[in-house]
Amino acid sequence: MLSAENWDWETPEKLIAFADWNENFAWIEEPHVSCDGEKIAAIVNIAEGEFSVCINGETWENAFEKIWYPRFAPDGRLTALVSEMGEWTVAVDGIAWENKFGYVWNTLFSEDGNHIAVAVQQDMAYCMAVNDTPWQQSYSNMTNPLLSSDGKRTAATVQVEDFGEGDIQKFQEGVFTAALDGKPWNTKFVNVWKMAISPDGEKLAAEVRVSLYDYTIAVNGRPWDKTFGCVWEPIFHPKSGSVVAPVRTEGAWTLAEDGNLIWDRRFVQLWHQMYSPDGNKLAAIVASKFGKWTIAVDGKPWSVTFKDLITDAAFSPDGRRIAAVAKDDQKWKVVVDGAVWENTFDMAWKPVFSPDSKNVAAKVEKNGKYTIVVNDRLWGHECETIWDPIFNSEGDKVLLRSIEDGKYYRRVITVNDL
Amino acid sequence: MAEPAKKVEEKKIIDEGLEMGTEKLTQDRIENVINRVLKGESGARLKAYVDTCIHCGLCSEACHYYLSQDNDPRWSPVGKVKQTLWEMIKKKGKVSPDFIKRAAEIASTECNLCKRCAMYCPFGIDIAYMMLVVRRINHLLGVTPLYIQDTAHSHAATFNQMWVKDDEWIDTLQWQEEEAQGEIPTLRIPLEKEGADIMYSVIGPEPKFQAQLIYQAAVIMDVAGVNWTMPATPGWDNSDMAMFTGDNEIMGRLKRAHFETAARLRVKKIVMGECGHAFRSVYDVGNRWLGWRMPPIPVVHAIEFYYNLLKEGRIKIAKKFEEAVTLNDPCNVSRGGGLHDKARYVVNAICESLVEMHPNREYNYCCCAGGGVINCGPPYKMKRVEGNRIKAEQLFAAKARGAKVLIAPCHNCHSGLEDINHHYGLGMEIKFIGDILYEAMEKPA
Repeated sequence: MLSAENWDWETPEKLIAFADWNENFAWIEEPHVSCDGEKIAAIVNIAEGEFSVCINGETWENAFEKIWYPRFAPDGRLTALVSEMGEWTVAVDGIAWENKFGYVWNTLFSEDGNHIAVAVQQDMAYCMAVNDTPWQQSYSNMTNPLLSSDGKRTAATVQVEDFGEGDIQKFQEGVFTAALDGKPWNTKFVNVWKMAISPDGEKLAAEVRVSLYDYTIAVNGRPWDKTFGCVWEPIFHPKSGSVVAPVRTEGAWTLAEDGNLIWDRRFVQLWHQMYSPDGNKLAAIVASKFGKWTIAVDGKPWSVTFKDLITDAAFSPDGRRIAAVAKDDQKWKVVVDGAVWENTFDMAWKPVFSPDSKNVAAKVEKNGKYTIVVNDRLWGHECETIWDPIFNSEGDKVLLRSIEDGKYYRRVITVNDL
Repeated sequence: MAEPAKKVEEKKIIDEGLEMGTEKLTQDRIENVINRVLKGESGARLKAYVDTCIHCGLCSEACHYYLSQDNDPRWSPVGKVKQTLWEMIKKKGKVSPDFIKRAAEIASTECNLCKRCAMYCPFGIDIAYMMLVVRRINHLLGVTPLYIQDTAHSHAATFNQMWVKDDEWIDTLQWQEEEAQGEIPTLRIPLEKEGADIMYSVIGPEPKFQAQLIYQAAVIMDVAGVNWTMPATPGWDNSDMAMFTGDNEIMGRLKRAHFETAARLRVKKIVMGECGHAFRSVYDVGNRWLGWRMPPIPVVHAIEFYYNLLKEGRIKIAKKFEEAVTLNDPCNVSRGGGLHDKARYVVNAICESLVEMHPNREYNYCCCAGGGVINCGPPYKMKRVEGNRIKAEQLFAAKARGAKVLIAPCHNCHSGLEDINHHYGLGMEIKFIGDILYEAMEKPA
């Protein structure tokens, strides 16, 4: 991973021409920028059926018949999914993986960017590939691909038995399971959906349906003792390794840990539960009443509620604060610790905390222009495009990456200057 | 309610899904499930409907089945409630496995949940809701017609209704983009474009069998200069047969994926293709099961989207469609969504002549395919087609006044009307609005 500490936090402004690229290509697709803001890239059409990627004005040496899903890895390498002669693979900084496949999609990165994984289809058999190495086993279908944050484990839902069209009996007997690094669990389920890998990489937990009507969580293939009317995706406690998931019981939602209900209160809806980094607090997005959405922390909902939506909640690094994006009557808002910022937006992105947990920033859109809001104060630039803000390790500066008048700017500003 | 004019011997339909499910039933399980749903899930709404109904039978003449079956009371909406839910309530759940099987057949294949009857009920009783309660009971008892159950399985496993795999979806979009570039070289179907104004969502059959509809939509978006995207992940399919099998948990799972995909892409609206039941699922039923009073990201049906594009002059018409058309108002977007006048604005903008069928707008007869009935598959095809003779008569009347082409802005209507067209020898061509708009609009030379 590119360590933010080593980035250039001193140069106030760097500029890279971007609109000029138009002169050299038939068309340019949506731009992407590296975390450190030093690179801007986009897929470019060179000629009919010939594509490349342009980074800071320089195109990759290799051209491909098709390219899609360009994404910078956290370590600054640029990946894209590329096709030549009807085969697909991953290109990293313009160099295609040696293995070629029928199709690849859903690029995933480890936290440090060292590991790159994709979902793979070859001859109608499905698996994952990590750093150019596919799983040894493949399956007749695979969904929900996942890469652990350290990049050492991969997991997905896999179909382990074939069944014919309309064979509802076979389906209901269970033909799906989860696979960790390609190795399937011994237990089969009616359905396996989203999953989580434990911080130590030893456990895989997944939401499963054991009959058409009974839902639970399975950990390393073993379902909890209790079943529920419905469940959502599980998470692991960052330290203890226990598993927590939303469960629906008697028509209402609450949280269960290793199968046992842990919150007294019941909700109309509950999902996206999350632990604070130290594991001491547990919060979730909830509907406390029908059409009233908020955040509940350790089972207690905020008093403020929103009619439309609450999403993208995040704990501060010290675990004491929570920020989220909310929506009411087509207005997007930022809410921090239950208090709504005065500014409202046409769109808002996930709030970002500074490492010292004191400052909160978010990318926002208003009247078709984009900017950054920090602690409810708007940055005075109206941009054509902007990316999420990033704080320096001291939390007193913000890296801003934006396009204005066709030019890409990398700026560093101090929080106090906003 | 009139007496039936004649008695018709019906052919017995064997449905493996119903047979297998019924075999596994026990009296205890039936009683337990019925009472659990009646007490735990349906609550005050059902009680109000049951207590309010005065058995007047005014709902009967609203029903296309009743009208098409020579006014046989068994096919009346209230008759269907009498044969299913009232018995379950009256007997406190003590009904036989065969009763459950028959209840499943009535609720799933003899009612389209079209809600026309609710408009004719003096109290506005929603019999479609009561039929959904029956389907919910049948789901929890494992007694659901095979074909639609298989579709619900597809939804559960792939998050789309046609077993389309994750890669096949993306590959199809890229294929259609390439095809459309033959017509407009710079056209794109932008995948995963975060911050686009619109996420365009479709139903499973489009990538599976009707990819040209995605092509047409892409051309419309491109010419209109819409800032749009399509997701490259599950969540792209807005359809929902689980809503019609009573599998509310899968319905909720699908709608959550759909709305969270739109929220992830940070779009301001979801524009959906010409589908009726999906509109009901995203706009009314699925979102509300999850706790959203209204869709968390606004949903715009294709009719309204076309209306806006034409009204704002973003799409111009080069040459109106010449043949006289008639318009079938889909139940879910007309009676359910009030889009009938916008549909007429669009049709009049793109066609030379609109011949109204009667009744029309929110009073239009159902196509007899919706509500999951066509998804119950071939075993019920003739029952479905013969159960909508009144629609054929309605269309013949429109044809007699000059209509040659039938516009059906809904996938289920489209398929159901094709069957009626062939069975009754109507000889009409059936099109989506998008088919005609694509033909009639100004495109780059």
